[in-house]
Amino acid sequence: MNLIPGAVRRAAIAAVFMTVPVTAFSEQAPSVDYFSLDNGLEVVVIPDRRAPVVTHMLWYKVGSADEDPGKSGIAHFFEHLMFKGTTNHAPGEFSARVAEVGGRENAFTSYDYTAYYQQVAPTELRTMMEFEADRMVNLVLTDEVIGPERDVIIEERNSRVENDPSSLLSEEVSATLYQNHPYRIPVIGWMHEIEQLNREDAIDFYKRYYAPNNAVLVVAGDVDPGEVREMATEIYGKIPRGPKLEERVRPTEPEQNTKRTVQLTDDRVAVPSFSKRWVVPSYRTAEPGEAEALDILSEVLGGGLRSRIYQELIVKQGIASSAGAFYQGVSLDDTSFGVYGSPRGEATLEQVEKAIDAEIAKIVDEGVTQDEVEKAKKRYLRSMIFARDDQSGMARIYGSALTTGSTVEDVAKWTDRIREVTPEAVQKVAKKYLDDRRSVAGYLLPEEAN
Amino acid sequence: MASIMMKNRQGTSRLTQLCATVLLAVAFVTMPAVLAARAGVDIQEVKSDSGVTAWLVEDYTVPIITVRFAFKGGTTQDPAGKEGIANLMTGLFDEGAGDLDSDAFQQRLDEVGAEMSFSATRDAIYGQMRMLAEERDNAFDLLRLAVNSPRFDQQPVDRIRAQLNTQIQRALRDPNEQGMEKFAKALYGDHPYARRSDGRLESLGSVTPDDLHALHKRIFARSNLHVAVVGAIDAETLKKELDRVFGPLPQDPDLVPIERTQPKLGQVVHHPYNLPQATLQLVYPGLEREDPEFFAAYIMNHVLGGGTFSSRLFNEVREKRGLAYGVGSGLQTSDYSDALVIGTSTRADRAEEALAVMRETISKLAEEGITEDELTTSKTYLIGAYPINNLDSSSAVASTLLELQRDNLGIDYIDRRVGYIEAVTKEQVKAAAQRLLKSEPAILIIGPELKKEE
Repeated sequence: MNLIPGAVRRAAIAAVFMTVPVTAFSEQAPSVDYFSLDNGLEVVVIPDRRAPVVTHMLWYKVGSADEDPGKSGIAHFFEHLMFKGTTNHAPGEFSARVAEVGGRENAFTSYDYTAYYQQVAPTELRTMMEFEADRMVNLVLTDEVIGPERDVIIEERNSRVENDPSSLLSEEVSATLYQNHPYRIPVIGWMHEIEQLNREDAIDFYKRYYAPNNAVLVVAGDVDPGEVREMATEIYGKIPRGPKLEERVRPTEPEQNTKRTVQLTDDRVAVPSFSKRWVVPSYRTAEPGEAEALDILSEVLGGGLRSRIYQELIVKQGIASSAGAFYQGVSLDDTSFGVYGSPRGEATLEQVEKAIDAEIAKIVDEGVTQDEVEKAKKRYLRSMIFARDDQSGMARIYGSALTTGSTVEDVAKWTDRIREVTPEAVQKVAKKYLDDRRSVAGYLLPEEAN
Repeated sequence: MASIMMKNRQGTSRLTQLCATVLLAVAFVTMPAVLAARAGVDIQEVKSDSGVTAWLVEDYTVPIITVRFAFKGGTTQDPAGKEGIANLMTGLFDEGAGDLDSDAFQQRLDEVGAEMSFSATRDAIYGQMRMLAEERDNAFDLLRLAVNSPRFDQQPVDRIRAQLNTQIQRALRDPNEQGMEKFAKALYGDHPYARRSDGRLESLGSVTPDDLHALHKRIFARSNLHVAVVGAIDAETLKKELDRVFGPLPQDPDLVPIERTQPKLGQVVHHPYNLPQATLQLVYPGLEREDPEFFAAYIMNHVLGGGTFSSRLFNEVREKRGLAYGVGSGLQTSDYSDALVIGTSTRADRAEEALAVMRETISKLAEEGITEDELTTSKTYLIGAYPINNLDSSSAVASTLLELQRDNLGIDYIDRRVGYIEAVTKEQVKAAAQRLLKSEPAILIIGPELKKEE
């Protein structure tokens, strides 16, 4: 049967170990228009005229890693408050309008960005722009709406984190991995700080970050780029540029030179699992070619059915029920690379961990083959052709790139740079970054194991 | 926003599509007449020489082809004592077929660059393949092998079974899974709908390769098959591919008849567990897809808790009181049962209040029906949402075409549906509300003891 609340939990679990590379796309892609308005708003238009649907997304260059100390969760809390009405529209009016025309809407917050989107018929694009531009500057925040919404995000945290031991552990691993950088703090915020967030915090955050010169508009779908430009200029263009924002410089990591472990035992855990993570550069912070090599490394090491970890642990040795690797390259600051696994049958967690370590050591010592690298490249390039089938997915690729320090040109050239990755480069990044002495391991254990 | 969450591990969003699973079970709404002309969903019925029929939407914008198909007969076909076998079988189609063993098959699939997946629902076995147009010939060849000659070699069978065992073991300790399982048993008793689709450790353990071959033979046939294809392929070429992939299958399946059943209402199932958040689910009677009141009930459900930020439950439970992150309702229309399912997860110490607010919202709708304004906005939503929810990718179009066929709604359904929705009156919605919402529901509570359980 279809069990409703399951969906919430699955989403939370997916958040822990997922590794889909959201990097970029290929030269086969349709032409993309990019321009800026006088007030600083950047605009990307991606035409896709197959169905009468348009995705309208507004991305702000602010995420949880930009929050002030002690105010964790404000970026996400504020994202919720953006649905509460403005000087021109009553609370719920925008959502009612979206619903009335059969549209889909939502918003999401990450470490480096916050985005709002609607999917509607192209005839409604103008209305969506008007509402979205309106709430960029005219939001009304009263204590009346703030109280219940704070309760909502507390329940959201309960759903996503407190109800799920693997999410709890994942938070603690991040908090240990990053010793100084704000990526150590969960996007949704720590419970005790969420509980204290108030109207003043929200208004302060709004005034500081919500302005056209801190935003990227992405429009994908059944539209004419010229018309979008005209419409955006008319509607968003009339909002005055906000004060100049400070550069997004966050505290950086000190030299890491310890191996750390984090352990959680919970009655709800039946099968133990393990993960290990390292701080590694992102597409923005890496030396040329390193991020691409890390993408290929994650694919060869643990990216799917043909990867070394899958073949060795699951197929040949038969000791794991799941195992793999991930790299989240789209990130403003240094990000993380990780591996994970869970035993099956009589095998122990230690065996799984050792076998994964052995696969990493093999790559560090002996490198990867040309054939493995070529196949991994082919998979990435192919996935970019498949990606063009999904207009909102395309919009997300551009939005996340442009809010994490990449450019439209970087996105366009990504496939070329992937093609240039050599086996030597893959071995080099493995050797340089996957050093056990700087790793953080997380163990999720059943109660009786103690 | 599960999809975003998948791509950005750190992401968190305003509202998870709480009732996505339920809504998927719900029928398809139609697109507004004004858009229909531009939408260009030109569906062709393609019939191959061997009598396999597919619905095709030709589209060359992106050089890919998406094929989706379903064989009627899902996990309900699991023999007693072998529960979980259909689900296990769906994990084995890319683990060796024809002359290719598991490793050779997967290597070939990777070279060809096609994505192949199978899954089992309680009513059908689904398959899907997405391929680059330039690899069409090779990709369909692999699909032909998988569909006709899966090997079910002992080694991959044991491996996939071991992976599924881990999943079952996990569920045994998960209070939400346990609560849901208890609830399914209370609702459906001895009917196969009460069973977990992945089976039990013992039942899965007893499955042999011969059992798998026997099940494959019973379910994979031409007369219980529906196919939908979207992308860079024309009708003539598709005909040949249909014959190649599905032509060799037997004409008829050998399915065990399944009785219709209705969930047992008027009961409370409590799965006590000391969690910070309680899960609540309410089950009311549903109605069949063919029921003359279906669209009235569909609009009623939309007003009550359909998937927007403006439903009554969303306003009462979340917006006004902050009791939950997500709350929603959906009409389930399965092959052998129907239900209206309403659910939320709420702060454990306010679960009682949440339940009371939900029941009050439901009774009010049953007593008073909906307003003229709600009727109008629901109709525009349900009409306008069609292209957005059903046509924004090849996979979405293929799924839509497949379900239209499975529900036997006809190739011109999309055009007719606008009229069905527009024809619904306020009085009809009220009648539907009274028919479905006046019953005493079955209630599931996962979480700490409530002070008062109705």
